[in-house]
Amino acid sequence: MLLALKLAYRNLVGAGLRTWLNVIVLSFSFVVIIWMKGIMVGWDHQAKTDTQNWEIAGGQYWHENYDQFDPFTLTESHAPVPESMQEEIDRGDAMAILVTQGTIYPEGRMQSILIKGISPQQTLLHLPTQKLDTTLNAIPAVIGSHMAKVNNLEIGDFVTIQWRDVNGTFDASEIFIADIFSTNVPTVDGAQVWISLEKLQSMMLIPGEATMITFRDSDVERADIDNWTLKTQAALTANIDEIIKTKTVGQSVFYFILLLLAMLAIFDTQVLSIFRRQREIGTIVALGFTKRQVVWLFTTEGAMHSILAAVVAAIYGIPFLWWQAKTGWTMPVETSDYGMAIAQTLYPKYTLGLIIGTTLIVVITTTIVSYWPSRKIAKMNPTQAIKGKIQ
Amino acid sequence: MKTLFVAIFSALAFLAIGQPSADKIMEMVDENMSSENRIFESTMTIHGKRSSRTITSRSYSVGDKQSFTEYLSPAREQGTKMLKLEDKLWIYNPSTDRTIQISGHMLRQSVMGSDLSYEDMMDDRKLTDTYDAKVIGKEEVDGRPTWLLELTAKVDDVAYASRKVWIDTERLVPLKEELFAKSGQLLKRSTLTDVQKIDGRWFPTTITYKNMLKKGDGTVFKMTSIKFNQDIADYLFTKAALKQ
Repeated sequence: MLLALKLAYRNLVGAGLRTWLNVIVLSFSFVVIIWMKGIMVGWDHQAKTDTQNWEIAGGQYWHENYDQFDPFTLTESHAPVPESMQEEIDRGDAMAILVTQGTIYPEGRMQSILIKGISPQQTLLHLPTQKLDTTLNAIPAVIGSHMAKVNNLEIGDFVTIQWRDVNGTFDASEIFIADIFSTNVPTVDGAQVWISLEKLQSMMLIPGEATMITFRDSDVERADIDNWTLKTQAALTANIDEIIKTKTVGQSVFYFILLLLAMLAIFDTQVLSIFRRQREIGTIVALGFTKRQVVWLFTTEGAMHSILAAVVAAIYGIPFLWWQAKTGWTMPVETSDYGMAIAQTLYPKYTLGLIIGTTLIVVITTTIVSYWPSRKIAKMNPTQAIKGKIQ
Repeated sequence: MKTLFVAIFSALAFLAIGQPSADKIMEMVDENMSSENRIFESTMTIHGKRSSRTITSRSYSVGDKQSFTEYLSPAREQGTKMLKLEDKLWIYNPSTDRTIQISGHMLRQSVMGSDLSYEDMMDDRKLTDTYDAKVIGKEEVDGRPTWLLELTAKVDDVAYASRKVWIDTERLVPLKEELFAKSGQLLKRSTLTDVQKIDGRWFPTTITYKNMLKKGDGTVFKMTSIKFNQDIADYLFTKAALKQ
């Protein structure tokens, strides 16, 4: 075994440039796969953390009629805050949010929006709702930077919004942009205006009612409440998992091409070695190696490419991956229109599982590809091989 | 005898006060403008920010409960038909060969991108049933003397909390209408022009709808021909007629 490893190492280094070319291509695959997968893990982590911080906290209860993808359900999606949640709300560990449809008229343009009512004192989300606690003639409101950009709004601007109360009667008023927040979570930013919950309840003529209840603690065991559906953190972030999964599948094509190139080089090298080293094979067999041992020797030699590649990848890959983890990768395109929580700069996250998994995939694939041409050795006639006859 | 008494009493009241009550004015407007049925062809010009587009249609209506509209142009809208029966509305789209009912919140959507919503077209309750009306003055609109009526909602489920209507005192047609939000903010303005005498009654043939919160010239609805009290086949006001 040790002899096989020693021989394999000596042969490999002896092959010179051919080995190093293979190793470099393979090491490149290592680094790129780890980096790309790291970006995905980082994105997943960032998207979930941001969604929790900005939108869902520990989870939510939704009014049974509420469908986030169907704004037409909004007029039917409100009910008095359930009594069982009141204590948690009073403690500040939960809060009610009321959502209704409206229209904003910035500079005489018309845009459909969601008007969301939230407690100014809330501490569950990062939204700067304390700015809503202002007394003005206009309704104080906070909006996201994307909404501000699309509608050309700035802090201190006044703009008209229109909505309908619970009876369907139109009403309109000016809002005052008290603050503009910057977030990676488009579901709290795009086409929506946040105002005080109490104000929205009075505008809608539904005091004490809400569309959803957001709670802080995700660990508490909860059940559905009458007319309210429990949405756990996992359920609310399931779409992130699905998008990441789809993206990962897409990326796999890229990994496959990279690995295919590296494996082609190794396969070629193996075929060439076996063809050129027939005498050596014959001699080794004559010295007492079984054919199986010779196959093992050549397979080890091929597989060792991946070990060397891992070492080379570590030499230049670790500083590169560490630098990327620190500075992140800034997306070359504007991400705010993506419709999901994605930061402009993604910070890759490398887990032990990711590194071990990638290494195993590359080593196993290289071993299989090395073994494939080596099987021919088992069919060789040693006498003919010593003579160097092509078989 | 009773009718005669009411008529004499109304005439005396008119002479004594100098102007009829708001309800009486509305009644007179209704009397002037309503007919058993009408057939009209119209163009609707929707002025957008950058361009305008015109849609032509032919409509048949009986009272204010039944109407059938067929869109004639442009090619994209040609063949689209709309049927209103009481408080229900169906639209037939020839490209999909399907009839859909516009109901609930879909009624709040704009009609073909105009400043009008389906709901605006659907509200056929009498204004006197939903609003308290009073005459608040006399004004001139485009050189015509008008009564200015203020209507305040007396029921909860109306789209506009209050309205102002300017009624031509001689021709008994509305010349302008403004719709207000609960806060008093002016939301929409309709201007009715090109008043013509058709079959012995005065009738405005052009209506300009304008969303006052939005920039732009609004939507101009122009009746190019109108006929009153025609023979309209009953089958037109059935869902089957949409696919024909």
